[in-house]
Amino acid sequence: MVSAWETAASVLDPELPAVTIGDLGILRDVRERDSAVTVTITPTYSGCPAMAQIAADLRRRLTEAGYERVDIRTELSPAWTTDWITPEGRRKLAEAGIAPPGERGGPVLIPLAVACPRCGSRDTREFSRFSGTACKALYQCRGCLEPFEHVKEH
Amino acid sequence: MTDNESEQSEFDAYLSLADVSEEDHRWAFGTGFGDPLAGIDVAVPAGVDPAELTATCLALGDDALIYSHRLQQWVTRAPELEEETALANIALDLLGQARLLLTRAAQAEGGNRDEDRLAFFRDEREFRNVRLVERADADFAELAARLLVFSAWRLAVMRGLTADRDPVLAAIAAKAVTELTYHRDYAAAWVIRLGDGTDYSHARAQAALDTLWPVAAELGLAGDADAYLDAVFAEATLRRPDTPPLAPVAGKTGRDGSHTEAMGYILAELQSVARANPEATW
Repeated sequence: MVSAWETAASVLDPELPAVTIGDLGILRDVRERDSAVTVTITPTYSGCPAMAQIAADLRRRLTEAGYERVDIRTELSPAWTTDWITPEGRRKLAEAGIAPPGERGGPVLIPLAVACPRCGSRDTREFSRFSGTACKALYQCRGCLEPFEHVKEH
Repeated sequence: MTDNESEQSEFDAYLSLADVSEEDHRWAFGTGFGDPLAGIDVAVPAGVDPAELTATCLALGDDALIYSHRLQQWVTRAPELEEETALANIALDLLGQARLLLTRAAQAEGGNRDEDRLAFFRDEREFRNVRLVERADADFAELAARLLVFSAWRLAVMRGLTADRDPVLAAIAAKAVTELTYHRDYAAAWVIRLGDGTDYSHARAQAALDTLWPVAAELGLAGDADAYLDAVFAEATLRRPDTPPLAPVAGKTGRDGSHTEAMGYILAELQSVARANPEATW
């Protein structure tokens, strides 16, 4: 039998559909009581427009799995960080051509090189600090010349 | 259904819109906004003055709301697509902060208002934003300079609030810190590039800084934020302006509800749809 956690964790991120909300660390807690389930999620960015979509997807998937009552809660603290993206999530991102974030440390004055998800070269440059969604930046590889997205350290 | 089709359906952000549910009010991706603090313990803790908490959240929420609107006005007008994307993302972060802060303000004041009532149905004198965020940028240099000053200052304010006695405000501030650091560094890179660029870009950057400086006085820049700005100005070969502060009107500034002429025009645009359709949801 599939647990409520597994069902909830398998919901795909609407803006990064290569990974699930479990992979991203957006899913914080799942509590079952009889036929009711309470799911706690955390936003990546304050203005993340995907939260309503994620909540609706969770509701749909858990209802389909037989839960009669589904409560979705938000938790802001501690604030989400890309450090919560699982190794599995990082692997899936790279496979989808999106360079995963590095570890956040102290203040990084000289950004660490981001490896090209296509050819592996570390000879890449930041093309734009922002990209199609709040969580990504745009890079280009100097080796294979391909542009690619990078989930920025947050 | 094949695996591929099943996978495909999960990708489709529009598919679930077809599901009719009483709790799902979305009509497109990114709509159907619910309470951004749903499920969080929103009781104002003992020892926290609700009036003071309301005032803090309202002031910082209004700064973010009005400035986000100004940044959104750059969309379709930015010099390059990458900058437009950057500004839209920054505006989105600030709008998210505004939603959380106005929602908290509404809870703390304890009435029946919510974030939408506060954003769309207050009049000019009830807004508590600083005057720095009101003026439309005349050019890209002014945009970069204003964004730098605003982000450096707001970052310092939010850092201070991460230790606030109200845990909800502290959590909102903690999320904002990472976002604002990124905004500030983006703006700093542009101010340095323009200031330390050609004679022409330097002159435009200095003029932009001189233009906004009179309304920057209201921020009470000090400490880390001030030191950061000085470091950027030095790197950009820009002179820290000595233009005098914009005088208060009858002792009142933006935080007291006394705004510049630009404010009325922003609110007219920002509020017109909600006021024409007072029952609308988003």
